[in-house]
Amino acid sequence: MAIEVRIPTILRSYTGGAKVVEGSGDTLADLLTDLDSRHAGLRGRLVTDAGALHRFVNVYVNDEDVRFLGALDAKLNDGDSVTILPAVAGGAFGFAAAAAIASHAVSARATAAAR
Amino acid sequence: MLSIDRSIIDAIVAHARRDHPDEACGVVAGPVGGDTPTRHIPMENAARSMTFYEFDSMEQLRVWREMDDRDEEPVVIYHSHTATEAYPSRTDISFAGEPGAHYLLVSTREPDTEEIRSFRIVDGVVAEEPVEIVDAAVDPNAVQSYMFGQSPATVDYECSGR
Repeated sequence: MAIEVRIPTILRSYTGGAKVVEGSGDTLADLLTDLDSRHAGLRGRLVTDAGALHRFVNVYVNDEDVRFLGALDAKLNDGDSVTILPAVAGGAFGFAAAAAIASHAVSARATAAAR
Repeated sequence: MLSIDRSIIDAIVAHARRDHPDEACGVVAGPVGGDTPTRHIPMENAARSMTFYEFDSMEQLRVWREMDDRDEEPVVIYHSHTATEAYPSRTDISFAGEPGAHYLLVSTREPDTEEIRSFRIVDGVVAEEPVEIVDAAVDPNAVQSYMFGQSPATVDYECSGR
C-alpha cells in the first residue's frame, strides 16, 4: 500500500533532498508516523507537541485541504496523493493574536464547509 | 539582491494600493534556479485583514501545482503593511517557509509614496537585501524597428537579425 507524499523545499532536509516520498497508513496520523520512521524529524515539523497539525503547514489529500477532512484523522486510501506546502501567511499584527484569529478563521471555514 | 522588472513592481504596488487598507499578498514566479521573477500572481488575502494576510489554501495548491508544471518556483513572496513600515513582523518570520524566496514588503501607510524592501528569511533569521528595479530589457532590434518610424507601442520582431 503506497501513498505518494510531495515534500516542500523547506522539509527536504529530512528526505535526503527527495521531492516525493512514499508511505503508508490508514489516516494522516498513521502516515506521518510511518514517514517519521524513515525520515526522522519530519513529523515534528508537521505536528505540534499537543498533537495537532501545525499552523505553519498546509496538508492536502488529493485536492482537499485536510483541515476540512478531519486533519490528522483524515482517512487515506492506497493511491492517494498527499501534498505538503508551507502555509503562506503573516502581517503586521503580533503573532499570538494573529494565530488566534487565523485558527478561528480556519474553524469558521471548516464549520461553513460542513454545512 | 533582488533584481525585478519595473512593470512587476508597478503591478505589485497597484495591487497593494487597490486592497489598502487591507493587506495585499501574492507571488512572483520564475524559472527554477534562475532567481529571476517573471510571472506576477496576485493572491487573495483569505484573512481580509488590515493586520494579517493568509493565502487561501486551495488557491495556493492550484498556484503551486501550476508553478511545478511550468518548472517555476516562488521567487518572490510579497505582502503589504498598510499602517507600519515595510519590515517583517514576528508573524512574518514565524511563517516564512520558502527559504529560497525573496520576501518583498510594500508599505502603503503613506498615500503618495511606497516603501519597498526585500528580505531573506531563513530559519527565523532576517537579512535585508538591496532591491534593483530594472527597466524592461529593450530588445535592440525592437529599438531598430522604432527608429524606422513604427509606432512606439508596436514592437516589430521581424527586424531581428538585420
